Amino acid sequence: MRSIISAQLKQTWFSRFTLGFRVTGCLLLLSAPLSSAQNVPIVSGALGFFDSTNTGVNFFQPVAAPVVVAPLGRHFLAESRFDLRGFYEPKNGTSGPIQGSFFRSTQYLQLDYLASEKITLVAGRFLTPFGTYNERLTAIWIPKFQDAPLIFPIGTRTTGSSNGVMARGVLLARPLFHIDYIGYFSASSSVPQFQAGRAAGDRIDVYFPGKRVEIGTSYGRFLQGTHNNSTGVHFWWQPYRFPLEVRSEYAHGQHAEGYWIETAYRLSQWKGPDSLFGRLEPVFRMQQTFRNSPGPGDGLPAANTQQADFGLDYHFPHEVRLNTSYSRKFSSTGNANIWDVSLTYRFLFPMWRGHQ
Amino acid sequence: MNHHRSTWKHLPLPLLIFLLGSWLAWAQSVKTPQAGTKATAQHATVVTNPGERAFQANCGRCHNPPEQLSPRITGTVLRHMRVRALLSPQDEHDILKYLAP
Repeated sequence: MRSIISAQLKQTWFSRFTLGFRVTGCLLLLSAPLSSAQNVPIVSGALGFFDSTNTGVNFFQPVAAPVVVAPLGRHFLAESRFDLRGFYEPKNGTSGPIQGSFFRSTQYLQLDYLASEKITLVAGRFLTPFGTYNERLTAIWIPKFQDAPLIFPIGTRTTGSSNGVMARGVLLARPLFHIDYIGYFSASSSVPQFQAGRAAGDRIDVYFPGKRVEIGTSYGRFLQGTHNNSTGVHFWWQPYRFPLEVRSEYAHGQHAEGYWIETAYRLSQWKGPDSLFGRLEPVFRMQQTFRNSPGPGDGLPAANTQQADFGLDYHFPHEVRLNTSYSRKFSSTGNANIWDVSLTYRFLFPMWRGHQ
Repeated sequence: MNHHRSTWKHLPLPLLIFLLGSWLAWAQSVKTPQAGTKATAQHATVVTNPGERAFQANCGRCHNPPEQLSPRITGTVLRHMRVRALLSPQDEHDILKYLAP
């Protein structure tokens, strides 16, 4: 009897594990006859190796993050991103044999319908569009620092992904400014690979392309268990004149609030972006969180925390990047030194040859 | 009340760092006339070409643009970016013409 139940469980697990891949495969097969010359499906993503030492405890993670994108006719797009990673650390924290575990997650698996110039409808599993970090900077080949900001859990509960529907688009596009909007609803799910909380929310951005300045605001309401609101604002600035990038976010949740501000300055003005020094990019991030009340399980620091992150990234040729950083954390629960090193390789290629 | 006071008390430091970083970057761009001229020249090109202008305004804001992009996949990549980066249809069209004329 036990063996039958065990077999059934294994079968269920296997079915769930392969569900995402099967759906992606079906969409790709569907897209084959619909692909035009410039619309061949792509396989993209990155391979990475992350090493981190936090308060003396060292762990490392090999990661693969494949992305598959397939246009279906003129109005549909299927896209997905998966995260497959191992997590290895000494058995006793700082000593002993290395032990590891394996994690996999479906970060998004969505079907987009480009309904009109101003609206795109999305159904499936998508990244929760609260703030900018989750949607834009969580792909492993993008962020300047290996670790997400401390306030990342605000507005992105429970997993950073949502299952449901979303409407998004550009409400107004003028040469001087763009107004973008996103609204979504997510249903609760505890299915492995597809876990999500019941929530709803929106984001509105105003982007000034002439200055490369963006300001925006986010709102999320968690509709599961104790209902609560999250609000946030963000500011991005990437001037044309020099290779400076400024990104910042502030978020307020039920039990805590905080902000981060990140500046990156690539030294490409010294003999160009492909020179020895031009590939260097010093990065700095300042972040603080403030605890209003105890919020066990909300993923935020238990006490007020200040953290300064100093990074130095190097952009090798062929889409290889080395990120290094040192962080100093100050908190009443204990100060900490965090050292991170990561190497990522980003790839992007057509799924098949297609027509020239 | 004390909590809000402590929030504001800590804000000057990141603001100071932000202003200092911006000033240093600006100062360096002024001190390097070659790079500055190049940037200005690029900007001038941007104004005349809507595809390049849209590319510079939108692409590379989150990540470095890919080093190579096969013409077979430019349409797919741009449709992907239209959804993810909220590109306007006009920008998508202009960038597509610019990347794969």
